[in-house]
Amino acid sequence: MNTPFLEISRLSVAFPRAPLPVLHDVELRIAAGEYVSVIGHSGCGKSTLLNVVAGLLPATLGGVLLEGQEVTNPGPDRAVVFQNHSLLPWLTAYENVRLAVDRTLAGMMGKAERHEWTLRNLDLVKMGHAKDKRPAEISGGMKQRVGIARALAMKPKVLLLDEPFGALDALTRAHLQDEVMRIHASLGTTVIMITHDVDEAVLLSDRIVMMTNGPNATIGEILEVDLPRPRDRLKLAHDHRFVEYRASVLEFLHARHAQPVP
Amino acid sequence: MNASIRKAAPAKPLLSLPRTLVTSESAWARRTRDVVPPLLVVLLLGLLWELVMSTPGATLPPPSKIWADARELITDPFFDNGGLDKGLFWHLAASLSRVAMGFALAAVVGVLTGLLIGTSPLAMRGLDPVFQVLRTVPPLAWLPLSLAAFQEAQPSAIFVIFITSVWPVIINTAVGVRNVPQDYRNVAAVIRLTGVSYFLRILLPAAAPFIFTGLRIGIGLSWLAIVAAEMLIGGVGIGFFIWDAWNSSNLSDIMVALAYVGLTGFVLDRAVALVGRLVTRGTSEG
Repeated sequence: MNTPFLEISRLSVAFPRAPLPVLHDVELRIAAGEYVSVIGHSGCGKSTLLNVVAGLLPATLGGVLLEGQEVTNPGPDRAVVFQNHSLLPWLTAYENVRLAVDRTLAGMMGKAERHEWTLRNLDLVKMGHAKDKRPAEISGGMKQRVGIARALAMKPKVLLLDEPFGALDALTRAHLQDEVMRIHASLGTTVIMITHDVDEAVLLSDRIVMMTNGPNATIGEILEVDLPRPRDRLKLAHDHRFVEYRASVLEFLHARHAQPVP
Repeated sequence: MNASIRKAAPAKPLLSLPRTLVTSESAWARRTRDVVPPLLVVLLLGLLWELVMSTPGATLPPPSKIWADARELITDPFFDNGGLDKGLFWHLAASLSRVAMGFALAAVVGVLTGLLIGTSPLAMRGLDPVFQVLRTVPPLAWLPLSLAAFQEAQPSAIFVIFITSVWPVIINTAVGVRNVPQDYRNVAAVIRLTGVSYFLRILLPAAAPFIFTGLRIGIGLSWLAIVAAEMLIGGVGIGFFIWDAWNSSNLSDIMVALAYVGLTGFVLDRAVALVGRLVTRGTSEG
């Protein structure tokens, strides 16, 4: 196999003063354009894994290679959509996206072009109408849309989603999942998504990485989701393959690696 | 307009009222609810004061005597008979200009120092214990030192204002800088926002609510300090006006001046709070 697009190689992460590492010997190769979900119980280190790929947290052993380059720092080629949207509350939706565009694409685009690009990304997540609203004036789902627009506008090589729909109600979540599928299909971005929602993982992913319980967590199993795209949540609900994939993830999480009783 | 609407409303209580009528009614009700209780309290206190101080052997003047004695002072704050014989407006203006200078200096120095000790752990370790000791020194204790150093009344008074109000500004700014949420730091890291842009786009807006809390405490302290400082320094100013009135046993004038001092302090506090609300619009909401 030639050099993979993104390679996580023998990665261990330990925090100072903790007796055991959070992550131990994580090994994962991701191809360009792939949608990979990481699922596991709380405390299994899935967010830690994402933070290392983002460069926000250093690896203790091993490391992450993106197109053969070692990841050492955060950067716009690995844009993150944070769980709690993390929009800057003193900027409007437009200004939040524009700030990221200005910081990351100023060398490639002129001012007018950056303005257009900002608007185009807001339109992509259907937030063009609310571009001049501040985060406090829009709903949780809309904030997360702006967060996604901000990440996409950086033209990232990998889009990192840290439980992006975790704080949303079920209906808004379904809606945004469809949006992300549509965007993934049209842009072909490589995506790593942290989630604790089994349906979400099966619906969106090409592969589901299932983590064992922490500390000392590692990859327990990887499930290939071989469902044709575009996927339709209504049809899939009765598809026997979808039901089987769902069952095998549930079985991993709740039978073989059940959360130890706290 | 309000009045005519209010009269109309009770006449047809059973009809569904137009929307505008209902909202103007409730706005009026809200204003009444906010204004009437404090007015009643002031009225009651005044009455009590009048009763207590009208008894024989009372040491302080009742409101009726204050009105008789200090009528000119109350009704005309703008007269100017030369020297120190001026209306209260001129005394307040002189005090306020000293506060403006001292407080402006404290705001600039306080915010800059706060930013420094908020961002540098070394500066924090070195300076924080010193500040914690110095901030407990009462304003008037600085005055002799200040007079000795500057040799003149005006800069000494301004220095006392400065040294009194600078501490809460420093400490609150530093706390604000240290409490920039990790989320914003992560965003800044991903879009590679560093140096001056990080400072202007993330750090300053995130710390702004804290900075304004410090400024609001600071302006209150500086108004406390100016009155005390002017008593000792003399010249035109509300502090010396009170001291001068005491020396000529003019208690009524002192009472009037106290009311002016209190109201001015209240306005200063509200003004800084208002500026803070306008500037930090949006920053503390998520």
